[in-house]
Amino acid sequence: MNTVSRRDFVVVLTATGTGLLLGCRVGDRAGAATAAAASPPAFAPNAFIRIGSDGRVTLIMNQVEMGQGTYTSMPMLLAEELEVGLDQVQLEHAPPNDKLYANPFFGDQETGGSSSVRAFYEPLRRAGATARTMLVAAAAQTWDVDPTSCRAKRGVVTHMPTGRTLGYGALAEKAATLPVPDKIPLKDPKDFTLIGTAAKRLDTPDKVNGKAQYGIDVRLPGMKIATVAASPVLGGKVAGLDEAKAMAIPGVRQIVNLGDVVAVVADHMWAAKQGLAALAIRWDDGPNGGVSTADVVQGLDAASQQPGVVARTQGQVADALGGAAKKIDAVYQVPFLAHATMEPMNCTVHVQKDRCEVWTGSQTLTRAQGTAARVTGLPLESVVVHNHLLGGGFGRRLEYDWVTQAVRIGQRVEGPVKVVWTREEDMQHEFYRPYYYDRMAAGLDARGKPVAWSHRVVGPAILARYLPPAFKAGIDIDGVDAAVQLLYDIPAIQVEFVRHEEPVLNTTFWRGVGPTHNVFVIESFMDELAAAAQADPVEYRRALLGKAPRARAVLDLAAKAAGWGKPLPAGRGRGVALLFSGWGSYLAEVAEVEVSKAGELRVHRIVCAVDCGTVINPDTVKAQIEGGVNFGVSGALWGEITLKNGRVEQSNFNNYRVLRMNEAPTIEVHLVRNLEAPGGIGEPGTSITGPALANAVFAATGKRIRKLPLAAQLRSS
Amino acid sequence: MITLNINGKDQAVDVPADMPILWALRDVVGLTGTKFGCGMALCGACTVHLDGQPIRSCVTPVSAATGKRITTIEAIGETPAGKKVQQAWLALEVVQCGYCQSGQIMSASALLTKNAHPSDADIDGAMSGNICRCGTYPRIRAAIKHAAKGA
Repeated sequence: MNTVSRRDFVVVLTATGTGLLLGCRVGDRAGAATAAAASPPAFAPNAFIRIGSDGRVTLIMNQVEMGQGTYTSMPMLLAEELEVGLDQVQLEHAPPNDKLYANPFFGDQETGGSSSVRAFYEPLRRAGATARTMLVAAAAQTWDVDPTSCRAKRGVVTHMPTGRTLGYGALAEKAATLPVPDKIPLKDPKDFTLIGTAAKRLDTPDKVNGKAQYGIDVRLPGMKIATVAASPVLGGKVAGLDEAKAMAIPGVRQIVNLGDVVAVVADHMWAAKQGLAALAIRWDDGPNGGVSTADVVQGLDAASQQPGVVARTQGQVADALGGAAKKIDAVYQVPFLAHATMEPMNCTVHVQKDRCEVWTGSQTLTRAQGTAARVTGLPLESVVVHNHLLGGGFGRRLEYDWVTQAVRIGQRVEGPVKVVWTREEDMQHEFYRPYYYDRMAAGLDARGKPVAWSHRVVGPAILARYLPPAFKAGIDIDGVDAAVQLLYDIPAIQVEFVRHEEPVLNTTFWRGVGPTHNVFVIESFMDELAAAAQADPVEYRRALLGKAPRARAVLDLAAKAAGWGKPLPAGRGRGVALLFSGWGSYLAEVAEVEVSKAGELRVHRIVCAVDCGTVINPDTVKAQIEGGVNFGVSGALWGEITLKNGRVEQSNFNNYRVLRMNEAPTIEVHLVRNLEAPGGIGEPGTSITGPALANAVFAATGKRIRKLPLAAQLRSS
Repeated sequence: MITLNINGKDQAVDVPADMPILWALRDVVGLTGTKFGCGMALCGACTVHLDGQPIRSCVTPVSAATGKRITTIEAIGETPAGKKVQQAWLALEVVQCGYCQSGQIMSASALLTKNAHPSDADIDGAMSGNICRCGTYPRIRAAIKHAAKGA
């Protein structure tokens, strides 16, 4: 393991006294921000905790902070069992290391899939308990007493019979010599003093005063700044450019033409931007140059005519559909979507003969390290990656294309270079949420009750590319997530997956993937069935949830809190949706919308009931639902990336509309508290919002919208 | 050379007159709290104050700032409204990823400086130019009201 000295770190003391060791100082040596870093003799019983002999407690964060509150929830898990206060710890970004920091859900060091709390609820408590046990044992040995007569609290061990005390700092050296025990008992949840409380976030003080360091804020001595233009069409190449004109701009230092992407390297972003414009690059579009969205949809439609791989089956769907009193069919479509993180993609690199250093904000640090090693041909240990706070992730930063690109550019630049994408470059060179095309069929009996349910998902298999071991038997378990867990008690259910790749745009996860379309499809279609049965949408669902008490409870809670059934003014409507998926959380949501005579849609109020089992921080859960809902409102109302001549037509926030303050609904979140296993909360609020809105539009207007975004469909109908 | 007054200090910067204030702050002076989001005054992440008025620094050239006072997120806490806004932001746990929040806080501070008790419509008017992809709008609204109460 590398070690570095204390001075390599920027120690930011916050108002609360909590130290955040985030990022390393300019010009540091190899291996800054490694787990082993500490100059005072330290106690480091595992990869997550380091206690210096000065008493300093450092917690190493392998799950990255992109707004979801993981830099508070992970410390809460550790601190609960370590017996320290959150005001006594400082945080440090973990270095890339799959062996130490892999997320057990994925097998590598990855923050995504609303998984941090689910994956680390037990391992981090165990890490904390192990360290505490060793510190207590060290105290007991020092005093020659029974460890069970000692108690740890706020970083101090007390011998209860005599009142003697020793701080963790004084015990660190001795604790480090003791064997690491196994089978440490964890606290009974009823004894939690931190877990379950609305503890203050540890990352926020520096986020209100400009001190927080994102990847884009990196500054190094001698650093140049570059901005780029990659081919606007996937697979295109540079056909020509005017290098002399760009070089004539004051501050422009170098043009790097990689064939598929051109970088202008300059003293500052302003010169780089002007230089890029002056290049007037001409592109050879290649085979995708004629593709439009309609071509993509045509391909999906054709694929949807054929059966897929069966992902779930029960009963005899074909027979049940054939014998049903009423049969309902529908096709649902959801568009490509950009993440549009507020912090555009950026990466700083310093490529040297025998080493490569990378500064960025990544949800997958070891993949970022891996790509830098592959590009440079250097061994992994010669590639140092410094992670940062992320200015939004939403799945975009699960990719590492911009890191690959920056390293390729950095190989041709003397000294460090920060590559910053413009918003336009970012929006037009995303990894997008895929276009999905779903075929639904249901059969109702004479009383309107569903007797058959058929759901055919058509779209790409992102997991086949991203996490091949998770792509089994032709089924993308993410693509069918929420569809295969359908909780409604229907005798015959079949869910199929038709893999259909449309390699004209890169696609990836987007605050979820499967559920972002499946919940829209399922819950919209369920509303169609309720309407066909002339039943109340809440009552209709409720009657099918006899075997799913947690789902029924959140449905009842949301309906009651929203005043379901109470009269609304003309033009307004309420819609309901329910969510359960691999995230393990149960959500029900009621949306209240207004549609004007001109077809303008306004979202007034969202009520969301959430049962995510054990809650680490209830305020963070609420914040994530609020944020997830608003992300979902943006996507459902306006979100749409379209292709023309192989090019993404949207370029900035003027033509890729997102929610603003004056359009933001009132959001109420109601938590169900219990001690069930923790469920994910980062993404579900987004997935459940689209269908609640679509169903509210139906209630308000009688229009059933089966293709997102809603606003465009309302205008065209 | 252009002399800019940034957070109360005069600084000579060797930049072209048409350079947006954003890049002068971030890439030349080294104040990175002001964020780049869109480059077209569409998202508000780059908001700073020019003589107390909120402006989008990504489209405002440094030439427009000569003889005026630039205030950034790094110093807004030294103003009465800015301090209250920062405190309210922390009290109500507004922040998620935080990238847009420098701009949000600058817009909110300017609002409260000229309007101590803004209505919902006033908040919409002052804050709708600031995009938050994390969707912290309900808390931003509540925090502005919270800060106003402390006025």
